[in-house]
Amino acid sequence: MIHPIPSGTRDVLPDEMRELRAIIAAAQRVFDARGYGEVATPALEYEETLARGGVAGELPAYRLFDEQGRVLVLRSDMTVPIARLVATRLADAPPPLRLAYVAHSYRGVRPQRGQSRELLQAGIELIGAPAREGTVEALTVLCEVLDAVGLVDYRIGLGDVALYQALLDGHGVAAAARERILHELVTRDFVGLAREVGALDLPAEAARQLVEVPQRRGGPEVLAALEEPARSAAEGLRAVIAQLPDRVARRVIVDLGLVRSLGYYTGAIFQVLDPALGVPLGGGGRYDDLLARFGRPLSAVGWALTVERLHIALMGESAGADSLASSPGGELGPGEGESAGADSLARSPGGHSSESAGGGGGR
Amino acid sequence: MSPTNGLTIAVPRGALFRGALDVLDGLGIDTSEVRANDRKLLFEDVGIVTMRPSDVPTYVEAGAADIGITGKDTLMEQSERDVYELLDLGFGRCTLVLASVGREPDPAEEALRRLGVMRVATKYPRITARHFQATGRQAEVVVVRGSVELAPLTGLVDAIVDLTATGTTLRENGLVVREEIVACTARLIANPVAHKLKAAAIDDLLERLRAA
Repeated sequence: MIHPIPSGTRDVLPDEMRELRAIIAAAQRVFDARGYGEVATPALEYEETLARGGVAGELPAYRLFDEQGRVLVLRSDMTVPIARLVATRLADAPPPLRLAYVAHSYRGVRPQRGQSRELLQAGIELIGAPAREGTVEALTVLCEVLDAVGLVDYRIGLGDVALYQALLDGHGVAAAARERILHELVTRDFVGLAREVGALDLPAEAARQLVEVPQRRGGPEVLAALEEPARSAAEGLRAVIAQLPDRVARRVIVDLGLVRSLGYYTGAIFQVLDPALGVPLGGGGRYDDLLARFGRPLSAVGWALTVERLHIALMGESAGADSLASSPGGELGPGEGESAGADSLARSPGGHSSESAGGGGGR
Repeated sequence: MSPTNGLTIAVPRGALFRGALDVLDGLGIDTSEVRANDRKLLFEDVGIVTMRPSDVPTYVEAGAADIGITGKDTLMEQSERDVYELLDLGFGRCTLVLASVGREPDPAEEALRRLGVMRVATKYPRITARHFQATGRQAEVVVVRGSVELAPLTGLVDAIVDLTATGTTLRENGLVVREEIVACTARLIANPVAHKLKAAAIDDLLERLRAA
């Protein structure tokens, strides 16, 4: 007989679970050391709670009714439930609040590698800390977790949702056109972006900026090269990068095209990239308006890492030299990759990897 | 640096194959082995992998290839794929059309008028469904894998939605273009992670392609 499980979900057996637990334990040690208290919230929330959070981009995929006929949903992320928690259970707790979680969320995504409909996330929320320092701290803790997990080659793509808005404002793009332009950006279509901007009859310089700026990514020189009005809008990003510790700053790739479809981000946004995986390992950003929607106006920043993707990247990094796409190219490829990986305990493949991922992490 | 900048490129076999290789030749990539070899799929020395055009987004989205070349028709049909569309390469121009048997009155229009629904055969079910929704008509989409032109001739459907460059195949099968849906060309696409982590390599390639 066949007893299927729902599409996009899966069972975890002991070999895999041991390795997942080592990753989670490494993250939790950093949370503890940094003073982030772990919280849990129900997997089920009232639909109106998530709707208040404005998670319009990723509508909760699983709904059910309780015995009174109210609509319940399985949470699609942890940020909105934690915003609710902070505004209710922790209403009297003085900010800043440092909260962490390791929890499942549920999304109606197209199941593929590293993308489950039931995804386990480890993340933090820093609520009520001054904006710049808060972003710096969140990025620093993020790198500490990734280091503790044992990843070697990761990078943090860092952008600001306000930057492109400032460009659109500065060049006086009307609301209807704005929507079409942002749609091309969110769907990562630069050919379509050029077409939509070209149809607007803007001065050549304005059109050039609207098409070119979101395609720029690289080191801090990307920010230095910006012209007005984007230049002023990038001031916050520049300040954040200047305050980052060296070990964090060298991981950062400035990415001016970074737009995320989630409704609640307001400022800096970031995503975690690793050459061993074709999709981001996680991401986060500032959401300075979200808490106010629950009646407690506090600025906030947070991020989440998908544990399953950390696991794939960890395995991929150790095998990286074998893969054509991730080899640095040409003759140097395999040798270079192996020697770089040899001294990392966490990357050793096989039965002991769980032990080494735990033991090698955190120090 | 090598002409491919150490990138892995997914190249479509089929109608776009020659054009794609010509573009890569223009970048100084030696494609002679790829041209000479019909069965081999992976050319590690030059960083080229070859596959069906509709598989290119799959490989690029997963990061198995850093960048790839495929038709806009494929990208529109697989619009959920998370890849960057970087450049219109300009070659492989063709049009996605609605065509039916060349009788008057148009049998497809007759079916819609009298039966309320048009049966349409296509390899592009999602573009077709979207086109009919957008134009406020009811359609019954029949997915076929090859020789779409056969479907209306045998009475399987009233019309087809298919790609045509010159219209020759349609004409030879007695079909007439009734609507042009969208014009398509070959596009350069990139994996979202490679686009950030291999930014210099990809931008250099883009610059050389734009200059060509």
